[in-house]
Amino acid sequence: MKDPQFAKLVVFVNSLVPLALLFLDAKNDRLGPNPIEYAIRETGTLALIFLFLTLTITPVRKLTGWNWLSHFRREIGLFAFFYGLVHFSIYFGFYQSFNVKKVIADTIARRFILAGMGAMTILTPLALTSTNSIIKRMGAARWKKLHSYIYYAAGLGVLHYYLLVKADETKPEIYAAVLAVLLGYRLVVHLLRKKPAASMVIKTLNASNN
Amino acid sequence: MPNPNPNLPDRDITDEKHYVNRRFFMKAAILSGTAAVTGLAYRELTYSKTIETSSRPLANFVPATQPSTQPGKDNGFTTTEAKNSYQDITHYNNFYEFSTDKASVADAADGFVTTPWTVSVEGLVRKPRKFDLDDILKISPPQERVYRMRCVEGWSMVIPWAGYPLADLLNAVQPLGSAKYVAFQTLLDPKRMPNQSANILNWPYVEGLRMDEAMHPLAILASGLYGKQLPPQDGAPIRLVTPWKYGFKGIKSIVKISVTEDQPPTTWNLAAPDEYGFYANVNPNVDHPRWSQATELRIGDLERRPTLMFNGYADQVASLYTGMDLRANY
Repeated sequence: MKDPQFAKLVVFVNSLVPLALLFLDAKNDRLGPNPIEYAIRETGTLALIFLFLTLTITPVRKLTGWNWLSHFRREIGLFAFFYGLVHFSIYFGFYQSFNVKKVIADTIARRFILAGMGAMTILTPLALTSTNSIIKRMGAARWKKLHSYIYYAAGLGVLHYYLLVKADETKPEIYAAVLAVLLGYRLVVHLLRKKPAASMVIKTLNASNN
Repeated sequence: MPNPNPNLPDRDITDEKHYVNRRFFMKAAILSGTAAVTGLAYRELTYSKTIETSSRPLANFVPATQPSTQPGKDNGFTTTEAKNSYQDITHYNNFYEFSTDKASVADAADGFVTTPWTVSVEGLVRKPRKFDLDDILKISPPQERVYRMRCVEGWSMVIPWAGYPLADLLNAVQPLGSAKYVAFQTLLDPKRMPNQSANILNWPYVEGLRMDEAMHPLAILASGLYGKQLPPQDGAPIRLVTPWKYGFKGIKSIVKISVTEDQPPTTWNLAAPDEYGFYANVNPNVDHPRWSQATELRIGDLERRPTLMFNGYADQVASLYTGMDLRANY
C-alpha cells in the first residue's frame, strides 16, 4: 500500500455510492411506489453488508497475508454504523413521527424492533470510540474487548431481519449462514489457540496424510 | 529545479507541475472509475424492472358513478379519494407465487399465460359447473368498483377494479341449504408460477369466506383494472376482492371455487395461525403480533394515516359481525 490515505479515500467514496444513488433516485421519484419502505430496507441491508465486510477483513487478511486490508477495517465499520443510523432515522422520522415515547413503546412491543435497537445500542459506543486518541487512552486490550461486541451487533442485526420477514426466510437465512462462517472461522482460530493439543492433533493428522 | 539525476538530460525530466497534475488526474480517474463500477454493480443488484402491460379494454365495462352523499345510503362501490396510479398498482404486488419482493412481481409474472383457463365451481351447489373463462366472465358485466385496499403489512391503495358481485356467480350455481362457506383455490403450476417450486407457503394458495360474506354486494370477482383486463401481477385472469378485509384474503388467479359446510383452511392462517385469522377483517384495534395495525401508509403519501374499522366499510359490513368477538376472531 503505497498511499494508504488515498486508498481510504477510494473506499470512502465507494461506500457513499449507494447513499448517493438513493438520494438521486429519491429526487427523481425512482424509488418505486413506496419510497420510504424502499429506503429503510436498502439502508438496513447496507448496514448488515458493511458489518459483514468489517468482519470479513480479518479472516481474509490472515488467509491471504494482505495485511494492508486492516487499514480499512475501522472505516468500513463506521460505514456500518452510519447506514444503521440512517436506517434508524428513517424509522424514527417516518414511522414514529420523531416521537420518542412511540419508539420506546414500539421497542417493548415488538421483538424485531428490540433486536434492531439492541444492535444499534451496541454499535454506538463502538463508533464513538474509534478515534486514535481514544484507542490510546483506553488501551489496546480494553478497546479490543469493547469492539469484540460487534459480533453481538451483527447477530442481532440478522435476527432483526429474520423476525421481520413474513414467510420467505431465504434471504435472512443466507445472511445468517454468512455470519456463521465469519464467526465460525474465529471460533476455530480461538479453539486452536486455546488448545495447543488440538492444533498438534491437526498437525499430526496433516503429517500422517502426507 | 536542479537535476537530481546527472545521467538524464534536463529536458527528459517531467516538470514537477505536470507530474503533480498527472498524479492528481490518475487519482481522480481511479476515484470516479471505481465509483462508477460500484454504482453500476449496485444498480444491477437492486434494480426492479418496469413492465409495460398490453391489457385490452374490457367489453361491456360499466364505469363507476359518484358515491351517494346521503348518510347511510352509500353502498361503498366507489370513493372520491384519489386513485393510485396504474404504474403503482401494477408494480407493488404481494403475489408470492411469482416473487416475495413486491417490486419484482411484475417482472416475474410478465408473460403469464391465462388462456385456456377454467374455473371449477363445485361442492354444495345444485348446478356445479366447470366454466371456461369467457363463460364465467359473461355471468355479469364488469362494473367499476373503486375500493380502498389495506394490506396486512400496513400500506394501502385506492384501486379501480372491474368485476361483478360474487353473489351473482353463487346464485347461478345455486348453493344448497347446508352451504355455509365458500372456498377458493389458486392455480397450482410451478412451471407458470415459478415460486411455487420454493417451499414458502403451502401451495396452492387457498382462501375462504363465510356464506354471508361471500353474498355481500361489496365482495366481487374482479377481472379488470382501470377498465382494462387484469394484468398477471394483480391476479389475472380472475380474482377475489373483499375491500373490508386485509389484502391477502383477495385470492388471485382462481381455478376452483367450492361451497362447503365446514370452515375451509386458509393459506396464511396455516402458515402462522397466531398472526393471520380466518376473518382477517381490517381492524385498527387488533394489532398484528409483530406490528401495529392502527395506522397505514397510503401509497403515494409520506405520512401514515389512521386505519379505519373494516377499512372504512363499517356502514356496509359491520352488521355481518354483530355479537362476534373481533379480538378472538381476527
